[in-house]
Amino acid sequence: MSSVRVLVGTRKGAFVLDSDGTRKSWRVSGPHFAGWEIYHVKGSPVDPNRLYASQSSSWSGQVMQRSDDGGGTWETVGNDFTYDGVPGTHQWYDGTPHPWEFARVWHLEPSLTDRETVYAGVEDAALFRSTDGGATWSELSGLRTHTTGSSWQPGAGGMCLHTILLDPSDPQRIFTAISAAGAFRSDDAGATWRPINRGLKSDQIPDPDAEVGHCVHRIAFHPSRPNVLFMQKHWDVMRSDNAGESWVEVSGNLPTDFGFPIDVNANDPETIYVVPIKSDAEHFPLEGKLRVYRSRTGGNEWEALTNGLPQANCYVNVLRDAMSVDSLDPCGIYFGTTGGAVYVSPDGGDSWSAIVHDLPAVLSVEVQTLP
Amino acid sequence: MIRVVLPAHLKSLAHAGDEVQVDLEGVVTMSAVLSAIEARYPMLLGTIRDRATHKRRPHIRYFACERDLSHDAPDTPLPEAVARGTEPLLIVGAMSGG
Repeated sequence: MSSVRVLVGTRKGAFVLDSDGTRKSWRVSGPHFAGWEIYHVKGSPVDPNRLYASQSSSWSGQVMQRSDDGGGTWETVGNDFTYDGVPGTHQWYDGTPHPWEFARVWHLEPSLTDRETVYAGVEDAALFRSTDGGATWSELSGLRTHTTGSSWQPGAGGMCLHTILLDPSDPQRIFTAISAAGAFRSDDAGATWRPINRGLKSDQIPDPDAEVGHCVHRIAFHPSRPNVLFMQKHWDVMRSDNAGESWVEVSGNLPTDFGFPIDVNANDPETIYVVPIKSDAEHFPLEGKLRVYRSRTGGNEWEALTNGLPQANCYVNVLRDAMSVDSLDPCGIYFGTTGGAVYVSPDGGDSWSAIVHDLPAVLSVEVQTLP
Repeated sequence: MIRVVLPAHLKSLAHAGDEVQVDLEGVVTMSAVLSAIEARYPMLLGTIRDRATHKRRPHIRYFACERDLSHDAPDTPLPEAVARGTEPLLIVGAMSGG
């Protein structure tokens, strides 16, 4: 029988949650790396027991960890993230030039074909790759040195590269997203990049439909259909049917189209999920009701999913990397909150329960479906 | 023998006990002590000082003999009691963060 392993990164450590395919009964291990911020933990699709973790603290900076037994034991690997060449500057919050400075790894994306290769999205925004299991890292600097790079500006959470999507049908194609620069695509395995933000409209920037400057919070696709992208922007839920060449808004009847995560049902590429958040000023659900919204039509028509979720006095947030799906049937949907709960729906969103609650604030949730 | 006390997070990262001990020849400076620690515990590279510039991380402090040595030049000789091993060098996570 299949099983699932949920990898949870929190403000004060990592947790691993295991269940069989019924997803009813859970074993919780952790905290791993107690006291450290764990921005992200993700497993290799080639070898699910190979995990990579980003560990950091404001005192001691960035540490990288690797496991070869599914999170039972860990080994420290390389943490030298040196920008390629002379880093130059980007725009600071006040509009002045600011030197590119490495702060932390936000997101790890293991290769689809090689367990020793993993990509890291970092703050200040750049993409790194390791081909030796995390021992050494090299920047794919064509992204940061794009002609628009000097005009990129951090979002409130820092200028982070938070999303990396590897196209299963084309090993040359990589999508990334940066707050607050926008979405980018490479068609040559990361050597060169171009912005893919046509159709985005952001009233918070001087030119609302500028080539870059958009605060893209998350991009997702279904692996069988990598040309169809879904985006949760600062405000607006967007869709592209041409690999990001153009976007249309699909916020439809959402009660608010601000939010952070977005994900796609593993069994239906037109079924997508978001967690609407009241506003950029008030990072919590509307009316104190934690509601996931599901669209079975690839956007525009949305339904609230509330069964098992708190519907009163709930003022948590769900961060951009804190939602994931398994590949069982029916598809399991998972998300974690800044209030320390991790919720699961084993039936595609119809019903929910808390696997754990009262963890430290959840930064990331990844799910592995194991044979 | 130089005795060094690491902050709790770094003790666990290095799988080290309450004190780390290193032997040095020549003048005992902060720079020399940190290099010796990093050579023995490579997982601590970058966690106390910048890997490339060797600049102290902003929220790390160096104390010894009831003095704050954090702002001394890295090649300043450490107090004699630290060099002799009668007093430990304390590497401390500053009272900041959450």
